[in-house]
Amino acid sequence: MLEDLTLKFDKALKKVTGQGRLTEQNISDTMRELRRVLLDADVNYKVAKSFIDDVKIKALGEEVLASVSPGQMITKILYDELTRLMGGTRSELTFSASGPTIILMVGLQGSGKTTFSAKLAKYLKDKNRKVLLTAADVYRPAAKDQLKTLGTQIEIPVFSIDESKDAVLISQESVKFAVANGLNTIIVDTAGRLHVDDVLMDEIKRIKAAIKPTEILFVVDSMTGQDAVNSAKAFHDAVDFDGVVLTKLDGDSRGGSALSIKAVVDVPIKFSSLGEKLDSIEIFHPDRLASRILGKGDVISLVEKAQIQYDEREAEDLEKKLLSNNFNFEDFLKQIKMIKKMGSLKSLLGMIPGLGTNLKNVDVDDKQLIKVESIIQSMTKEERGNPKILNGSRRMRIAKGSGNSIQDINRLIKQFKEMGKMMKMFKNNKNLQRAMKKGKGK
Amino acid sequence: MFKNFNLDKLKNGLSKTKKRLFDGIQEAISTKAVIDEDILDELEEILISSDIGVDTAMNVIKNTRAELYYESDRSKLNITQIIKNELESILLKDDKIASDKSSIIDKKPHVILVVGVNGAGKTTTIGKLAYNYKNAGLNVLIASADTFRAAANEQLEIWANRAGVKIIQKSTGADPSSVVFEALENAKLNNVDVVLIDTAGRLHTKSNLMKELEKIRNVITKVIPHAPNEVFLVVDGNSGQNALVQANEFSKSTKLTGLIVTKLDGTAKGGVIIQISAEQKIPIKYIGVGEGIDDLQDFDSKEFIEALFS
Ligand SMILES: Nc1nc2c(ncn2[C@@H]2O[C@H](COP(=O)(O)OP(=O)(O)OP(=O)(O)O)[C@@H](O)[C@H]2O)c(=O)[nH]1
Ligand SMILES: [Mg+2]
Repeated sequence: MLEDLTLKFDKALKKVTGQGRLTEQNISDTMRELRRVLLDADVNYKVAKSFIDDVKIKALGEEVLASVSPGQMITKILYDELTRLMGGTRSELTFSASGPTIILMVGLQGSGKTTFSAKLAKYLKDKNRKVLLTAADVYRPAAKDQLKTLGTQIEIPVFSIDESKDAVLISQESVKFAVANGLNTIIVDTAGRLHVDDVLMDEIKRIKAAIKPTEILFVVDSMTGQDAVNSAKAFHDAVDFDGVVLTKLDGDSRGGSALSIKAVVDVPIKFSSLGEKLDSIEIFHPDRLASRILGKGDVISLVEKAQIQYDEREAEDLEKKLLSNNFNFEDFLKQIKMIKKMGSLKSLLGMIPGLGTNLKNVDVDDKQLIKVESIIQSMTKEERGNPKILNGSRRMRIAKGSGNSIQDINRLIKQFKEMGKMMKMFKNNKNLQRAMKKGKGK
Repeated sequence: MFKNFNLDKLKNGLSKTKKRLFDGIQEAISTKAVIDEDILDELEEILISSDIGVDTAMNVIKNTRAELYYESDRSKLNITQIIKNELESILLKDDKIASDKSSIIDKKPHVILVVGVNGAGKTTTIGKLAYNYKNAGLNVLIASADTFRAAANEQLEIWANRAGVKIIQKSTGADPSSVVFEALENAKLNNVDVVLIDTAGRLHTKSNLMKELEKIRNVITKVIPHAPNEVFLVVDGNSGQNALVQANEFSKSTKLTGLIVTKLDGTAKGGVIIQISAEQKIPIKYIGVGEGIDDLQDFDSKEFIEALFS
């Protein structure tokens, strides 16, 4: 109760002081600070600038949650955006449907290609693939020996042609060798090269043309600075790589170059490499890197807490309405939004014991939620508040406006009525109420 | 000491990189007669984009702005000059030529310990250094104290052969300090002038590996009290701001005496070394401009900055 009052007071104060919504003024200091944080984390100058501007434009006008400041709010928004941007949807490796899967490793000198090749080989071997490592670095002294030693450690064959200096030929032959020996995955380790080295960039293009890799991975040292945009772009222009590997993340570099690369080539980051041990390989976690780049874990968790509190209060409001039987479509819409945040509706309802067969009449397919949302959005305020007035012509209008059939509208209204009945039942059942209280706030 | 280096190669190596910085500055300045905020912003961008760091960039701009306030000459030439001067004043001058040939022969063996994070270019740099000392007429020995990384021995051995110098190594997994001990004893016996010690790449966050370096350093001093004469930190020219932390941490465990910056034959600017030099009070000794054995250049702050702008 007291807490509730404090929050209300806080909200009122925010309105008075102009901190209730994000404005250019109340976030400008934080934005400047965040820009600096990004630059210190090695995010490229241009990338940092456009990223910050972009987030700002999107966020202006957003409501500031109770108990956090506009600066904290925008920090969290930027963090979310950072996570979203670095998270790819297609972040898994692609495997060839027919014929062997060929993975080509490319990158600058000393980025960690050889070690990572061995790690990836072991990772895939553990997933029951039959792996061959190819030593196609014919320049660096003892590069071949390094790969061979690693191959022995993880018991994976290494293909090399000792007398050859032709990386294209070696790559090609290794594919033939794999096919002949029933190996279905080939990882080709190549020499580190500078993106301005025309001869070597031409070589990597020729390797690509000769073996047609299923997947090309660009390996980047997480300690890389501002120039990451240039090398990534040049490599991408040359071989159009499919994924990025971020290495040496076991150190304390902030890893901002990952954002730069993502921004200039828009290729998913697929793996993190975290040490010299051959099992220190991980699927890339965008949220971890986002907090690594930004720091500010305290601010982020503070805002997250406030968000949970906010959701809890909304839930409480709804609950009150449900129980007082004042539930209308406006509340329904709110509830849909909350459910979307929390996960599947069926699983939520499933958590309430004793609902049993009564649930069967309530169709709660999650995909339906989007449809339902669009229907409710086509209702007038009056209709949402008082569903009883939804006569035939109103229903027709809503159907047209939301792009649904009249049957859809009717079904929804029927469901809504079912729900009303259920709520009445709910109201009279103390056991259910208790169960709901317990489930809340998880 | 390697005065046989030619400046053109240095400039060439740097030119691709520096051209952008220079062009940017020229461009920023050319159209406007009076320095305005936009120009300074652009200059700041150019500096930050070279990994100089936000602090240093802002300081350089601040000082340039202050200087310009009193200058009537706001031509692009003059502004460029002011920035050059600023950058040069930040870089630590390495006046003492402690590593010249006569001082090496005076107090030998001259022991050089080379440290750095993984893949920075330590082994390659050792090969290049060995080659140069050998060419300067000195008796060189390489110690392979990277007993960890796969094929580190083989790699270094190839470099030793290329440079035509002797190498001491043990099998993988041996105590690196024991390799160092053996190499130094060997050096004393065989009248060696310069001992170059390659170490395994390590991230400065690994305290056990940093302890191992400390131990190596102690062993060196125990066998040869005046040594190590130099402890070089090899920094990848592509590094961003983390190189500052590297320098800090390696300094703590090995007392660095100099920096070597590698891979400056690409488009990376290596600007972070300016900060390191200023903060750690250590000079930059050499730069790496390629994978060939003669791709090591003397670092000279004046020439370096000149190469940035010409
Ligand atoms: N382009 C270019 N490549 C360099 C330069 N210096 C070293 N390299 C390359 O960078 C890669 C790593 O160099 P190494 O000398 O093995 O580095 P390291 O620090 O000994 O590596 P670890 O011992 O594995 O930690 C190799 O492919 C070298 O050929 C340079 O100045 N320019
Ligand atoms: Mg090495």
